[in-house]
Amino acid sequence: MGEVTFLDVSKRFSLRVDGEVHQVQALDRVSFAVKNGEIVALIGPSGCGKTTALRVAMGLDPSTGGRVMVDGREIDGCGHDRGMVFQHAELPPWLYALQNVMFGLQMPGIRAQSLRETAEKYLHLVGLKDSQNRRPHQLSGGMKQRVGIARALAIDPKVLLMDEPFGALDAQTRETLQAELLDIHARTGKTILFVTHDLDEAVIIADRIVVMKNGRIQEIMNVPLKRPRPELGLVRGMPEFAETRYKVWRAIHDGVTVH
Amino acid sequence: MVDIANRHDKATVAEKSEAAERRPLPRWVITLASVAVLLIVWEIFGRRINPVFGSYPSAIAVAFWELAVSGQLWSALYESLRPFVLGYALAIVIGVPLGLFIGGFRVAEAALGFYITAGYAMPLVALVPLLILWLGLGFAVKVAVVFLMSLFPICINTWLGVTAVPKTLIEVGKSFVAPDTVILRRIILPATLPYIMAGIRLAVGRAVVGMVIAEFFTTISGLGAVIINSANNFDTATMFVPIIILMVMAIGLNWLIGFVESRVAPWQAEISGRDRD
Repeated sequence: MGEVTFLDVSKRFSLRVDGEVHQVQALDRVSFAVKNGEIVALIGPSGCGKTTALRVAMGLDPSTGGRVMVDGREIDGCGHDRGMVFQHAELPPWLYALQNVMFGLQMPGIRAQSLRETAEKYLHLVGLKDSQNRRPHQLSGGMKQRVGIARALAIDPKVLLMDEPFGALDAQTRETLQAELLDIHARTGKTILFVTHDLDEAVIIADRIVVMKNGRIQEIMNVPLKRPRPELGLVRGMPEFAETRYKVWRAIHDGVTVH
Repeated sequence: MVDIANRHDKATVAEKSEAAERRPLPRWVITLASVAVLLIVWEIFGRRINPVFGSYPSAIAVAFWELAVSGQLWSALYESLRPFVLGYALAIVIGVPLGLFIGGFRVAEAALGFYITAGYAMPLVALVPLLILWLGLGFAVKVAVVFLMSLFPICINTWLGVTAVPKTLIEVGKSFVAPDTVILRRIILPATLPYIMAGIRLAVGRAVVGMVIAEFFTTISGLGAVIINSANNFDTATMFVPIIILMVMAIGLNWLIGFVESRVAPWQAEISGRDRD
């Protein structure tokens, strides 16, 4: 199981600009649910609160109102039921790829049969079996993010939270990793909450898309593309793809003058 | 026209292959050449100066030989190194945890940070009379001077290193529910290691200065005593021997620390590309 529910989640913080204190409403009574095994993409212009929503769900930032529940239990800080994939992978540079994946497994409260074997299994899953003895600076951007995904998956969380994980990668690598993520999803059935600013990515990967603006949910849309989606090139050519992409684009630009 | 263009092409090709075959000079060759030039120039000009006011390499070498054979040099070196090693080691053992503590806790930083900053800028020579009142003129006061000289750069660098740890790396630890002790040991400490090593390196020079200050202002002893006694006898060549030994010692220690750093934090040199020499 792995259901995430946002119930009236608000987040306000004060920001000092030129000596003046501004109140920023990053999240304003956000409510939505991610069903078990579903992939939901959070999308919207920068500053819309999508990353804040993810960080609140992970427990890295506290909310100032409402609650986030995982399988009906309200979260209280970080927990092993959620695994986070960071925007720039964030691999400690002194740890080899394998050690990076083992990092989460070595924490108290994690029960793994054999640390090394488990970590190797997940590195294998992301296609990095032969690079386990490399340090992060010896890995390409895409490989680093694969290690980041393996590290999050290794503790076998109920939910995978991903913060623009492919945003910093080049177009080709990004496509490869999108396909791999869908493959990993098909094999593990994990619930995934995914933040992105890339329309194509949201439509290709997600079952549902949550469009956010100014800390509020603008619209929630279903993606009418069937799973599995093995050939992403083909998916991009489907009329449903173009249609959904346009609908999301409209929702994001609604009320905004397009230049 | 065609001919000229062809010839030009050939010339470029020849130059390129020559450049490819030419390997850059190893670092030690450059260093050695620099030392040789310095010694030769010093020898030539030093000989023209009255030996009371200056000296030159061959005379210093003779003085070194005499000091070494008489055994005076080794006993002085031993006498100097004992407080040096103890004071420096104490500074590492206390400075690193103190820096981690100050950098790691907001309260500690607010309560203690400015003492460390002030202590770093404090002219220690001014404190020596007070230290003598407290600790006497012997071994203990020398250890204290070396310790105080090297403590602050080590502590400040460690502190700086902790504050420079990327917040996101700490969040990685938090997202896996790592307890604070695990975050400190497995993320903050390794991320701070290059800064700690830089502090330990900076402290070498200050520790050597502290050692000589202590020998000048407390019981005159060790290499400092050799300097003072030979200066009083207008034996300038002999005076240079401990000075040069101190400098060589500092260079040697610096190299040793660099070697240790490349062992305990190899990723740092690999990332910055300094590991290829």
